[in-house]
Order: sequence, then C-alpha cells, then structure tokens
Amino acid sequence: MELDSVILSRMLTSVTLAFHIIFATIGVGIPVLISIAEFIGIKRNDGHYILLARRWARGFTITVAVGVVTGTAIGLQLSLLWPSFMQVAGQVIALPLFMETFAFFFEAIFLGIYLYTWDRFKNRMTHWLLTIPIIIGSSASALFITMVNAFMNTPQGFELEGGKAVNIDPIAAMFNPATPTKVFHVLTSAYLTSALILAAITAFAILKNKGSAYHRKALRLTMVCGLIFAVGTAVAGDVSAKFLAEYQPEKLAAAEWHFETESNADLVIFGTLDENNEIHNEIRLPGFLSFLAGNSFDTEVIGLEEFPEDELPPLFVHYLFDSMVSIGMFTLFITSLFVLFWKWKKRNEWNKPLLWGIVASGPLSMLAIEFGWIYAEVGRQPWILRGYMKVADAATKADGVGVTFLLFVILYIILGIFCVTVLVKMFKNKPPEIEYEQRFKSGKLQ
Amino acid sequence: MSLEIVGITVLWIFLYGYLIVASIDFGAGFFAFYGRMKGKEHTLNVLISRYLSPVWEVTNVFFVFFFVGLVGFFPDAAYYYGTALLLPGSIAIILLAIRGSFYAFGNYGSKDNIVYLFLYGATGLLIPASLSTALTISEGGFLEEQGNKVVFLARELFTSPYSWSVVVLSIVSVLFISATFLTYYANRAGDMDSREELRKFSLFWSPPTILASLLVFVSLREHNPEHFNSAIEIWWMFGLSLICFLGASFFIYRRRNFGLAFILVMLQFFFAFFGYGASHLPYILKPFITIETGVTNPTMGMALVVVFIAGLLLLIPSLYLLMRLFLFDADYVKGNK
Repeated sequence: MELDSVILSRMLTSVTLAFHIIFATIGVGIPVLISIAEFIGIKRNDGHYILLARRWARGFTITVAVGVVTGTAIGLQLSLLWPSFMQVAGQVIALPLFMETFAFFFEAIFLGIYLYTWDRFKNRMTHWLLTIPIIIGSSASALFITMVNAFMNTPQGFELEGGKAVNIDPIAAMFNPATPTKVFHVLTSAYLTSALILAAITAFAILKNKGSAYHRKALRLTMVCGLIFAVGTAVAGDVSAKFLAEYQPEKLAAAEWHFETESNADLVIFGTLDENNEIHNEIRLPGFLSFLAGNSFDTEVIGLEEFPEDELPPLFVHYLFDSMVSIGMFTLFITSLFVLFWKWKKRNEWNKPLLWGIVASGPLSMLAIEFGWIYAEVGRQPWILRGYMKVADAATKADGVGVTFLLFVILYIILGIFCVTVLVKMFKNKPPEIEYEQRFKSGKLQ
Repeated sequence: MSLEIVGITVLWIFLYGYLIVASIDFGAGFFAFYGRMKGKEHTLNVLISRYLSPVWEVTNVFFVFFFVGLVGFFPDAAYYYGTALLLPGSIAIILLAIRGSFYAFGNYGSKDNIVYLFLYGATGLLIPASLSTALTISEGGFLEEQGNKVVFLARELFTSPYSWSVVVLSIVSVLFISATFLTYYANRAGDMDSREELRKFSLFWSPPTILASLLVFVSLREHNPEHFNSAIEIWWMFGLSLICFLGASFFIYRRRNFGLAFILVMLQFFFAFFGYGASHLPYILKPFITIETGVTNPTMGMALVVVFIAGLLLLIPSLYLLMRLFLFDADYVKGNK
C-alpha cells in the first residue's frame, strides 16, 4: 500500500474521528443521565442522587473539553483534507453543518450556566431546568451532524454537472433516506454507551470496596436506563438493516458476506473467508438474513455479484458488523439480568460475575460504537458521496499530509493520557462518601 | 442587500465576536501564567478563573461558527484555503486543542499544575499569530495555482514584512484588549490589587497597539497597494478607531469609567476591523475568490440566512442570560456566589 495523500488523508480522518467519537458519544449521552439523576434527587429529596449528578457533571467537563477541541479539529480537517468534497458539500449540505454549530453554541452556553449555578437558585427545579437546553443542544448537534453523514451515504437534493452542484434542494438533502435510521441509531447507542460507562465505573467501585448506598443507587439507575436504551438500540439496529437492504444493499451484503442475490438468504455469523470467497467456520441461521432485511423469509436480498468490482466495499467489515451486534446483544442481556435479579428478590444482583459483566459492558459498548462507525464508513467505500464522488477524487493534493498525520497522532496520545489521568485523580482524591458528608451533613438536603 | 453582502457581513460579525472574546481569553491565559510566576496567583488568577470558567466553551464556538459559515456561504473558500492551509491550519488546530483541553485539565482537574498553566499561557500568544496567517494570505501573493494544485508559498510568507506586522499586531492587541477587559472586571470585583496590576498592563500595551496598526498600514501599501488605496478612501473608519483608542487610554490612565473604556476598546477594534474588511472587498482570497464568484447557490444562501436569523433569536437571549448571571451579577463577580 503506497502512502499517497489519499491514504494519508483517510488515515488522519479516521484517527481524528475514532478519537472524537469517544468524547462525542459521552457528550450526547451523559447529560441525559445527569438530568435524570438530578430530577430523581430533587423529587425524592435524596442527596445521593444530587451528588451523583454533581459528580458526573464534574467529570463530564473534562470530556467535554476534549470533545470540543477534537470536534473543532475534525470540522477544520474536513476542508483541509477533503477540499473538493467540501466545495460540493458547502453548496448542498451547509445547512445542517451550520445548524450543528448553533446547537453546539446553545449547549455551550447552558452548560456553562449549569456548572456554576448549583447553589444559586432558591427553587432547585430552576437549576434542573437548565439540563433541558443542554440535552436539546447535545442531541441536536448529533442529529444535524448525522444528517451530513447520512447525506454522504444517500446523497440527494442536487445534480452534479462538471464537478459543480446544481439544482440544489437543501431540505431534500437534509432529509435523505438514511437520515431517520441513522439518527435513531446514533442517539440510542450514545445514550446506551454513556449509561453503561457510568455503570461500569460504579460496578468497579463496588467490586473494589463494597460500595455504599450511593453506589447501589447509581448502579440501579444506570442499569434501568441501560436496559431501556439497549432495547431502543436493538430496534434502531433492526430498522437500520432494513434501510440498508433497500438503499445500500452492497453495504449490507458486504457485512453479511452475501454474494448471490436470493430470497430465503442465510444469516452468516462469524466465520472466516478464504481467497476464493468461500465461507468457513461460520454459524448459519437459515433464512434469517431475509428476515433481517424485510421481516419475511421470502425477502429477496441483493448480493455483491450485482455490483461492479471496483465499487465494492472491503469484506472485512463483516467482523466489525458481527462484533457490534454481539456486543449489543450482550448489553441487552447484562442489563436485563441485573434488573431481573433486582426485582425478583430471590437472586442477588450484587454477585461478582454479574458485576464484572457490567464492568466489561462499558468499554465494550464504546468499542461497539467504534466498530459500528468503522463499518458504516468503510462500508460505503470507495465512495465519499455514494454514486457521485469517489474518495480518491476528493482528497487534498497538498503536500505534508504525512507530517500532519504524525502531529495529530501525538496530540491524541497526549490528550488521551492526560484526560484519563486527570479524571482518575479527580475522583480518587474525593470519594463520594466524604463528599456526601461535606455537602449533606444532616442526611437531608439543605 | 445582496446575498453575498449578507453572507460576508454575517461572517465578519462572527469573526469580530471571536476577536474580542478570544482576545480576552488568550490574554487572560498569559496574565494568569505571569501572575503565577510573580507569585500573585491569589489575586490575579482567582479573578481570571472566575470570569473564564463559565464562558471558555462559548469562545470556541465563535470560531467554529466562522469557518462553518465561510464554507457554507463561500464553498470555494473551502477549496482554496483548505488546500493551501493544510500545515499552518493543522498547527493552529493543535494549539487550540492543547489550549482548550489543558485549560479544563488545569481548572477542573489538578489545580496548581504549573505545566498546564504554562501550556495554556504560551499557546495564548501563539494561536493569534497562527490564525492571523489566514488573513495575511487573503491579501494575495502567498498562494499559487500550479496545474490543478494550489501551492502555499511558505517562504514568501516568512520573509514578508507585511505578514510579520500582522503577527505583531495580533499579539499586541490580544494583550491590550484582554488587559482592558480584566481591569474593568477587577474593578467591578473590588479587587484593587489585580486592578492596578492589569491597569499597568493595559497602559503598557496601548502605545504598541497603535504603532503596530501603523506598521500594518505601511507594509500593506507595499504588499497590496490596491487594498491600501481603498482603505484610504474610508479613512474616517480608522479615524474613529483612533479616537476610541485615545478615549479608552485616557479613562484607564485617569482610573475612571473602566466599563466605558472597554466599550471604547471594542469600538476601536470594531471600526478598524470593519474598515479593514470593507476595503478588502470584493476579494475574499485574492485573486482566486471574490464575493460574487465564490458565493453559494442562491437557494442554499437563502436557507442559511433564514437559519441564521432563527439561530440568533435563540442565541441572543441565551447569551444575555449568561452575561447577566456571570458578568453583570455583582455578587458573582465579587466571589459571593
């Protein structure tokens, strides 16, 4: 593989996005959980929940900072690395890009207010109300930026004439066929992942030092939220697969190693592929791919044979797809198990294997986010605008992409290390029990 | 008003907004570091952090807004600037990233970490220098189209007296704007030690600001006579800027009306910045993009303007709330909340 500026631009964009997505996901999901915790705390007059919201919010500021700066980086890199694409995108898809910054602006303002007004309002509900614009802002930025990505998958609302976009319809471009399923999937999975990361930290604390009432409330709250969001994510994943079958069949076919167009198509789970594209060691669920694609075993699923060879995505995306789905199933399993054990009093929901499972579910679900995005992005190769512009024609022609790549990799390593160190230090030095004593001495809220 | 004029005005307003809020922020980082070095952190740094904590994120958005808007209204700019600025642009992003994240690490995480504070302070002076490069390039002469490639002539930029005069102006004005604002803020907080310290800063940086502006004018005449001549045609804008500057310096010197002094500084830069912008037209990036050729398709342009107005209706009350709670709330500023 020659390291030309196309490959290097792809590598740099991938690294930036892979790093940014961690913080973006947290940025979308955590405000929802902070809001729920604070609401319960005020309603039940329970200091533990208020403290939960406070501590989550404090850690959140650190991740927001990294999310903001890496988001700025990707925003500028789009123009620096893909100037020809942005020339077209500027004509057709500037509207959601512009709206995304408005949403971000809105969130930034209210997050600043929220963090510094904990004890400022007489009515505690006033402070809680500030979480609403934060959630609206963060989820709306996810919505708008996902619209841009959806447009790249199913472009519409313009015609390309000699490299120039004409007959532009900004609304049609925003509400392209990929938008609903993508947005649904992005939002539910971000909420799910954030809930599980908070749950994983809590479960770990319980395993390490038995935990206190604070930890038990935290885990129950995050697990119930996790279960709801896991169900939502599963539904979103299912409708996404049906969307792919209809609009981007080559992406679904690559994920499933589905070569021939047929009805009653098998779902291939795991397995390996040899050089003749023969599948080995797989688990085969007869007819299930058809079911996944159209809710009936008779649905005809289009295979890779229908597409010219130079327009096929790489077949390794199968592993990413399967890993993402397996992790999704695992989160559904572990959250249901916990809630079941808790409600069905005969079982102990604090048993060690279950807690370790919860600890694992946090990082795993972040991994699933990464796998899912890599699948979504690599799965539309070689296109940057499916059917209109190939990635190779959009990359910058400037020199120096290699140096830039190295500089950014170093930056992300430094940011990653410092972010984790600062977060760990922040919470280690001030355990919740001590903070609770300081803040809510009488056990009741002041 | 035509679409392209609306577009460029919107963008220019946001860039001006960024110029003011970012200057306060960049300068504050430098002063905070300086304060620590001089052992004055207990007055100066508490004051600075009190102001910055709730607003630092908003500062960043002004910048994001500007470049997303630029790509939206003038997509050709994405092509030329994007290709040309790969390296300088990336360096600016890296500096911004280090600054933003280390601010949060230092402010919310390990307070008193001198390395974090150094990174925060030092980048505050490097970023304005690197961002001003984009404005310098827009004057023409630093990009060349070779075949289908846009090449950035880095050597030309580094040896150009004009580009250096812009760098000097950007750093000096950051320190001046920031010092004036913080003097006002310290005065409101009743923190007389910090006020005196910052007042000295703003008086110290006030003559260099004007000298650097003159230097930019002189070197612009050499570099881009056409632009220089159109600037002379609207000389009154720059005249008003000078009057505002003199007024501001006078009030700071006499230790009164610090609030008015800061407003005058804002006006000083408003007139200078808009005078500069107006005389720059019709070019956005000389000679490749003018506002007529570069502007987006009219349907998208209208949609952007509509969204822009809707967005302002949302943002202005929110910004007002933010300022009322943290900037104009005497109790908060004094540290009682």
